[in-house]
Amino acid sequence: MNAALALQSGVGRNRVLRRRHVLEQTMVVLLGTATLLAGGLLALILGYVIVRGLPALDLAFFTERPRPFGVTGGGIAPALIGTLIIGLVAGVIAVPIGISAAIFVVEYRSGRWAEVVRFAAELMAGLPSIVVGVFVWAFLVRGVIGNYAGIAGSVALAVIMVPIVGRTAEEVLRLVPNSLREAALALGAPRWRVVLNVVLPTARAGLATAIVLAIARAAGETAPLLLTALGNVFFSADLFKPMAALPLQIYQYAVAPYDDWHTKAWGASLVLVAVIAAVSLLLRLAIRRGTAS
Amino acid sequence: MRSRGDRFFAGSVGGLAMLVPATLLLITALLLIEAFPAIRTYGLSFLTTTTWDPVKLVFGAGAYVFGTLVTTGIAVVLAAPVAIGAAIFLTEYAPRPTRAPLGFLIEVLAYIPSIVYGLWGFFVVVPLMRSTIEPALQTTFGGIPIVGSLFSGPIVGLDLFMGGVILAIMILPILLTVTREVLAAVPSTQREGMLGLGATRWEMVTRVVLPYARAGIAGAIILGIARAFGETMAVTLVVGNSSTAISPSLFTPGYTMASAIANQFTEADSDLYFSAIVEIAVVLLLVAIVVNAAARLLIRRTGAAREGLVL
Repeated sequence: MNAALALQSGVGRNRVLRRRHVLEQTMVVLLGTATLLAGGLLALILGYVIVRGLPALDLAFFTERPRPFGVTGGGIAPALIGTLIIGLVAGVIAVPIGISAAIFVVEYRSGRWAEVVRFAAELMAGLPSIVVGVFVWAFLVRGVIGNYAGIAGSVALAVIMVPIVGRTAEEVLRLVPNSLREAALALGAPRWRVVLNVVLPTARAGLATAIVLAIARAAGETAPLLLTALGNVFFSADLFKPMAALPLQIYQYAVAPYDDWHTKAWGASLVLVAVIAAVSLLLRLAIRRGTAS
Repeated sequence: MRSRGDRFFAGSVGGLAMLVPATLLLITALLLIEAFPAIRTYGLSFLTTTTWDPVKLVFGAGAYVFGTLVTTGIAVVLAAPVAIGAAIFLTEYAPRPTRAPLGFLIEVLAYIPSIVYGLWGFFVVVPLMRSTIEPALQTTFGGIPIVGSLFSGPIVGLDLFMGGVILAIMILPILLTVTREVLAAVPSTQREGMLGLGATRWEMVTRVVLPYARAGIAGAIILGIARAFGETMAVTLVVGNSSTAISPSLFTPGYTMASAIANQFTEADSDLYFSAIVEIAVVLLLVAIVVNAAARLLIRRTGAAREGLVL
């Protein structure tokens, strides 16, 4: 670039060239600063979570339940179990719907209904999670069930997960080469056999990615769980009673006026972020290996 | 000639798939029905009046709408230049081997749950706001007429300004990631042509890359707005949570629509109170649908490769 600028000569042009060069250098500095600022801020947040969270981590933190108000000690065990249960049940609800939607859109794409499903999934992905929370709160908590319940939290998370599973799975199914489908069809296999025995096994790794990604994303949701599962300081596996969850526990530890509980909030955040980051990283590596081979 | 197995399979897959639009319809219909008592009682004045008094059963969400607009506005004004600048740097200037890892890092940061941003804002940024940043803003701009009133009043640190700042940090990753995708979709022949004519890199960016990506960047900003609009937990922790009247000062503790829901749903003892809270959710729902449809149309028009990135 500099060589190209230097090649042009002429006395009158020199000043113009210099101005262009100065502008170029200024913009490099400005844009670089923006990048540093963005990266720095986000690194700062991660740094705080790690530094403030690490002191909270000991065995009791993972095995005990929260203590009564103001009492030092206690842990996040019910929240870990609660998040696991709520997340798994949400997955059981959301995965068949999401994968079916993807199959419907990709393998039966002729229909106008496929476009409807696709568009609805896009709009659902854009719903604020608090709106989903209010919906389940009004529908299940205040209506059908009558009290705050773990299952209501699962339904709320499922509504959030369906579009994530569906749209990721859609991309995955599109990557399956058409020649495979055509070969199977040419051998006389009916359409459903092609999907079940050829397309889905081929896309297996990608579909697993879609599912785990959706569960990881949903695991961090707080607002919809607050309105549905509510939280619980006791161990409870009853899906029709209030249930603890990791994000809710962070919130409850954070808003309490005790330093020890604040440390626990940071510790719980570290656990949550570590799980989500580990899952995304492992998936990324798995995908890279899958495409390389 | 479709076999019976085919019909059964297509039927069950199609049936499950139709649950997606059905759920969306159910959400919209149920929220509208539950909000109907409040809609009938207050009409449009629900959005414009600012008295929110559960005791007297007078509900006007104007202050919450104001809080959402102000915090979202602050977030976009602060985040968009940084995100777009960084996206330009990452696609046009950064050394090629560093581009993918940096992009991946920022994508992962988009997955940090909002409660964690809230925690960080509450314990780290709020004290800094109270002791340093807001007093500095007040002494710098306080004397200027009109602008000064934005930074007037007592300083608590938990206010609309702080809510906007935490939202700005939260929407930074999504703005950056989408803008990067959009810029990457600009054909490199366009860049090569400009460089071949002797343009500097910045001239190439302003004359070729940005005009080409304009619609997509607008879409990215709108997606960021949509994200900020409905964001709940991070804002709830730092915005002050107070139903005070609308004031020109950004240093007023307030509520956004989402944080008002999160803070008051347990108190909804009367049917009208419940209905009023649901009506706030209806407003969020309708805005989200309109804004998302617009953003996705814009991004699609740029033809950005959306594969694998689910927003």
